[in-house]
Amino acid sequence: MNVSARRLGSRALNDEIRRAEEDIIIEDCFGERYIGSGASSITITINGTPGNAMGAYLDGATIIVNGNAQDAIGDTMNDGKIIIHGNAGDALGYAMRGGKIYVKGDAGYRTGIHMKEYKDKRPVIVVGGSTGSFLGEYLAGGIIIVLGMESEAFPVGDFTGTGMHGGLIFIRSSTPPAKLHKQVTVSLADDSDMGFINEYLMEYADTFGLSIDEILRKPFYRLAPNAKNPYKQLYTIY
Amino acid sequence: MAAFDIYPEYEIVRNNERCTNCRVCEKQCANGAHIFLTDKNRMAADDAKCVNCHRCVAMCPVRALKIVKTDHTFRENSYWTGKSIKEINRQAESGGVLLSSMGNPETYPVYFDRILLNASQVTNPSIDPLREPMETRVYLGSKPEKVVRDEKGRIKVDLPPHIMLSIPVMLSAMSYGSISYNAHESLARAAAEAGILYNTGEGGLHENLYNYGSNTIVQVASGRFGVHKKYLSSGAAIEIKMGQGAKPGIGGHLPGTKIVGDISKTRMIPEGSDAISPAPHHDIYSIEDLSQLIYSLKEATGYSKPIIVKIAAVHNVAAIASGIARSGADIIAIDGFRGGTGAAPTRIRDHVGIPIELALASVDNRLCDEGIRNRVSIVAGGGIRSSADVVKAIALGADCVYIGTAALIALGCHLCRSCHTGKCNWGIATQREDLMKRLNPDWGYKRLVNLLNAWKHEIMEMMGGMGINAIESLRGNRLMLRGVGLNEKELEILGIKHAGE
Amino acid sequence: MREGMFRNPSGCAISGIFSKSGKRFSGKRIIDSIAVMHERSNGLGGGFAAYGIYPEYKDHYAFHIFYDDIYAKKECEEYLEDHFDIASLSQIPTRKIPEITDTPLIWRYFAAPLPAKLADSQLDEREYVVRCVFRINTAIKGAYVFSSGKNMGVFKAVGFPEDVGRFYRLEEYEGYCFIAHGRYPTNTPGWWGGAHPFALLDFSVVHNGEISSYDANRRSIEMHGYKCTLQTDTEVIAYIIDYLHRKQWLNLNEICSVIAAPFWSVIETRPREDREELEYLRCVFDSLLINGPFSIIVGFEGGMMALNDRLKLRSMVVGEKDDMVYVASEEAAIRVIQKDLDRVWSPKGGEGVIVTIEKGSA
Repeated sequence: MNVSARRLGSRALNDEIRRAEEDIIIEDCFGERYIGSGASSITITINGTPGNAMGAYLDGATIIVNGNAQDAIGDTMNDGKIIIHGNAGDALGYAMRGGKIYVKGDAGYRTGIHMKEYKDKRPVIVVGGSTGSFLGEYLAGGIIIVLGMESEAFPVGDFTGTGMHGGLIFIRSSTPPAKLHKQVTVSLADDSDMGFINEYLMEYADTFGLSIDEILRKPFYRLAPNAKNPYKQLYTIY
Repeated sequence: MAAFDIYPEYEIVRNNERCTNCRVCEKQCANGAHIFLTDKNRMAADDAKCVNCHRCVAMCPVRALKIVKTDHTFRENSYWTGKSIKEINRQAESGGVLLSSMGNPETYPVYFDRILLNASQVTNPSIDPLREPMETRVYLGSKPEKVVRDEKGRIKVDLPPHIMLSIPVMLSAMSYGSISYNAHESLARAAAEAGILYNTGEGGLHENLYNYGSNTIVQVASGRFGVHKKYLSSGAAIEIKMGQGAKPGIGGHLPGTKIVGDISKTRMIPEGSDAISPAPHHDIYSIEDLSQLIYSLKEATGYSKPIIVKIAAVHNVAAIASGIARSGADIIAIDGFRGGTGAAPTRIRDHVGIPIELALASVDNRLCDEGIRNRVSIVAGGGIRSSADVVKAIALGADCVYIGTAALIALGCHLCRSCHTGKCNWGIATQREDLMKRLNPDWGYKRLVNLLNAWKHEIMEMMGGMGINAIESLRGNRLMLRGVGLNEKELEILGIKHAGE
Repeated sequence: MREGMFRNPSGCAISGIFSKSGKRFSGKRIIDSIAVMHERSNGLGGGFAAYGIYPEYKDHYAFHIFYDDIYAKKECEEYLEDHFDIASLSQIPTRKIPEITDTPLIWRYFAAPLPAKLADSQLDEREYVVRCVFRINTAIKGAYVFSSGKNMGVFKAVGFPEDVGRFYRLEEYEGYCFIAHGRYPTNTPGWWGGAHPFALLDFSVVHNGEISSYDANRRSIEMHGYKCTLQTDTEVIAYIIDYLHRKQWLNLNEICSVIAAPFWSVIETRPREDREELEYLRCVFDSLLINGPFSIIVGFEGGMMALNDRLKLRSMVVGEKDDMVYVASEEAAIRVIQKDLDRVWSPKGGEGVIVTIEKGSA
């Protein structure tokens, strides 16, 4: 089914999507918001620039964006997949609990903040380009992978992983990170780490038609929470 | 005269079930309040000697002691209180001026406690200071009025002399002599560790502490004790003490009995000689004379250090501060009427000066109105008890605060307000070797650093709540404050709105 | 109730279009762009600043003035005649539409300071104009100058921005730069003067976000002769930029280093010369640091600047196509008027994007 977002506007467009029983292709998308919010089964393909809060609470559906996406994509996502053949804006995958977000280009500030795992759910974000500052802040679970395919420098901004207390961040880079918060420990990913993320890298390469060898050409740095409680001594009672 | 004897204010209560007659209390009490009755083989107490410093309570290994306020009372009278009657009796007996120490303890309004802070909701985000950058660094000093460029068009980056602090808190002036060497060493080491400054006070700088120079403010007071070229050059800033919140308009007097050993050497006066600080600087009888002292100090140190002028918060403090700002000072320190002291006439301490909150607000207003606020930094002191007071003072317009009493409490002071006796059981306000040893600088400085770190975290939490991540954005940001239970005039002076507005 | 009687922060949408070759284009494009972000405004204010629209009077200050009534107009015109040589005056053309109501009188004057008055004042010309504008806005009841630059003009009203654009017939103007604002205030405004952009001389500012340093900034800037009568963030930001630019002669990059100063931890990693300059600017102008979330677009004669706060708490996207530069709160607002872009990116927090008309262009 094809629909024109421009003609319908956000509200009617999202009504269409809620009613849809088959896959849907959205044309002429110029910032219409909340596309696929809470959607559970269908595949939604978007040609254009979807608006903020696309795929919020996504619950099993697949969203494919042929273009760039804006802010707050995949907010509190529970299951499903978002594929962006371009860049993503700020606050991508905030508090995401499950499912996958694959971005071909860059992502903005605050990517994957407070992602978490629960039972069999483990959220995954893979960004092909670079990201802004505060990547994986408060990370509580799940996996964030940043490939920096076009970057020579370490492909993330400042304050990466501050406050992380679960989950893992993998960053592909020939140079190690300059400085990280003391709440984060860093090491080169070993074979078992690479085995652990292999499935996602393969799927990512496949999704965007990239060579897995090229992706694996550079080493990955593994960022994990510092097990020593960094908040010890912060609070006192009387 | 026995008929007029005054019943002691505190009673020492001993639990004889617990007491093991170990006599620790007796050894610990420099006032001799505890006595061992050999004939009866048990401890006894002379309540009249107790100053309620809690030393015995803290040291008693079996928790057998507590100090209670006596319930012995005068006939009830809401005007002629027991306190008034006792004071009259004491003066009738001795003919003397009542002497007290530490800050004004009376029930004047505490404006800090009638001001509440703001926090962000919805329209802008609060910031999590544990994980996101939160800047508490402060620079103190004068700011140039105009940006100047060199012939290539680059900005000339020569700032007037300034000092840098990791948090907007400094340790206020307490002289070596009024407090012990160990207390001074604790202050110096804490300042160095915390990235802030402490202040020598007017007693000079002990030779062992010169290596903390970059964390030291050297003070020049009317007595000029221990002031010499090397002293002036060794600190990061020089403070001219014009006044003190605990005793505005009053000088100081350290009795000759305390001028012994290193104190004599540090103050550069003979042992046994009284150390008298005149009430005014006798080279300053007017504002232009202040300028002369400021510039003589700048000349002596090659214009390399900011000059602080410290004044007590008095009625026309705003006009005085404006005059000081126009006289070449880089920093003005204002000391409110709750500020502490090692000794002051009680009537002066309790009845002269004004609250720091009002003084600070009106000084900041005046300097802004005159367009000269950037010429000076403002340090507010005199009764800062917690990080909340710090945040409120900064939002009222201070660049940073001085803490004195709070720092001493961290070192063990229990505010018994008996500094003037020289028998401080906690080793702070004393020069008695045996008492002084009770304050070990190795843990004293750590306690103070702990306090400063805790306050830093709390300041960051409060800033984060307001959506502010640099302390300079809090300074003078009075919209972050609201008053509760204040009248129109008070709100007007503080420059804040009432809660609910 | 009107702006100035209460503190009025607001959230918003912003958009800007700039031609680096100085080529002029119709105001229709900016209306189309800002209209896409309808959901970011709530109908309580919209506006535009347009540059290069008055070539026939390019040496005159173009005053756009709201009047509550004819008495205010009379008093204000007497004041203007007393201080300026007025080359032309007219009502600003508008279109009656149901979405825009409670219209004040809206007049436009092209004026030059009277030489004798200017000489008497011992002020430079721009300062003279600024003082006259402040004088009208604070002393003449019911008169409000909302635009005072040369060869540029502000058009604003209470309403959604796309309606405001139609109301002012913006499509009939041609300029090399337009910036736009759709407002989502948290307080209820009832007054046209409080809409954005806020402008002083040729500088105009549109802004999205609510700053947490407002009162610190206000108290500091008011020391330098400014009066924050509207109590809006945009007003204080405009004054800060004006002060740093016109009175301290800072360039735009330096201004960014003041109002969105890098963190100390970042400054320390910079090479020595940079570090010293950044430290100096941050120390000297510490109370002009704008704290809290903001994205702004600043229009000025021959240029445009876009800037995010240093934590980048608001979204902002920049796009380029040939000689055109686009900035907007959302990429869709750019794509809707320029589908294919040569380059599109989100500037980092505190990193100003400054574009000017290239030398040798029209």
